[in-house]
Amino acid sequence: MLRFLLIVLFILNFSFLNAQENNLNNKITKNLRCLICQGQSVYDSDSEFANSLKLLVEKKLNDGLNEKQIYIYLKEKYGEWILYDPEFNKNTYFLWLLPILMFIVGGAIIFKLFNIKKN
Amino acid sequence: MKFKIYPALLTIFFIIIFFVFYKGLQNSNIYTPSADLKKNIPSFKAKIFLTNEKISSEQIFHSDKFYLVNIWASWCVPCRDEHIFLMNLSTQKNIKIIGINYKDNNEKAKIYLNELNNPYDKILFDENGTLAIEWGAYGVPESFLIHKNKIIKKIIGPLNEDLLLEIKKLAE
Repeated sequence: MLRFLLIVLFILNFSFLNAQENNLNNKITKNLRCLICQGQSVYDSDSEFANSLKLLVEKKLNDGLNEKQIYIYLKEKYGEWILYDPEFNKNTYFLWLLPILMFIVGGAIIFKLFNIKKN
Repeated sequence: MKFKIYPALLTIFFIIIFFVFYKGLQNSNIYTPSADLKKNIPSFKAKIFLTNEKISSEQIFHSDKFYLVNIWASWCVPCRDEHIFLMNLSTQKNIKIIGINYKDNNEKAKIYLNELNNPYDKILFDENGTLAIEWGAYGVPESFLIHKNKIIKKIIGPLNEDLLLEIKKLAE
């Protein structure tokens, strides 16, 4: 009985590995913009382009490319817009930092108002 | 006195943000990948239409000729509209038209070509759309004018009279 249980657990471990592979595929395609249905990610979209792209990402992952290399490959074909997360370079640092800046400014305002009220 | 700086700064900040968004609204929100960079053609191996043979990009493209790579499918309605221009182009001796049959059914594609005639020098079969992605295409129809292994013009959408003239001019 115990041996049977051990074998079952051993086999179940392999399905865990496959789920990890899919998770990386999902992670990448959630970060790609579908160029046909431009509101959706490739993961969500069911358009022809999105389905082909999902197959291509899987193929590239099987070829051994990592996430960053796949993004570079797709950026070369389609431009920066295909990624939901833009690269952090001199054109986009303002885009990345602005929310944090607004959060700090807002926080400072609240803090000041809180102090005024307290006094 | 120190507090009066805050409202002023805040107002200026919001005015800047207002102009940023206003400018943003003027731009189109549909993105199309840039079509004016002279990129190298992708290196690939593809199946020949209606056979099980594979052919490599090096065997198809020789650097001294002009090629028009046209992505088409029997289920694509604008492809029918542009077909007449492809037939016209196929009479030119200096341009060879290479077709990529995109995510199609062999029987239906054969019927399509029988009905409208075949302008293609070679046809490749792209079963799952990955070959089109190698070219940087994302829909049907799309065409690429190739010379010396570089993409000199990328056309998104069907060909028309003006584009046909432009292709003929570029291929002189």
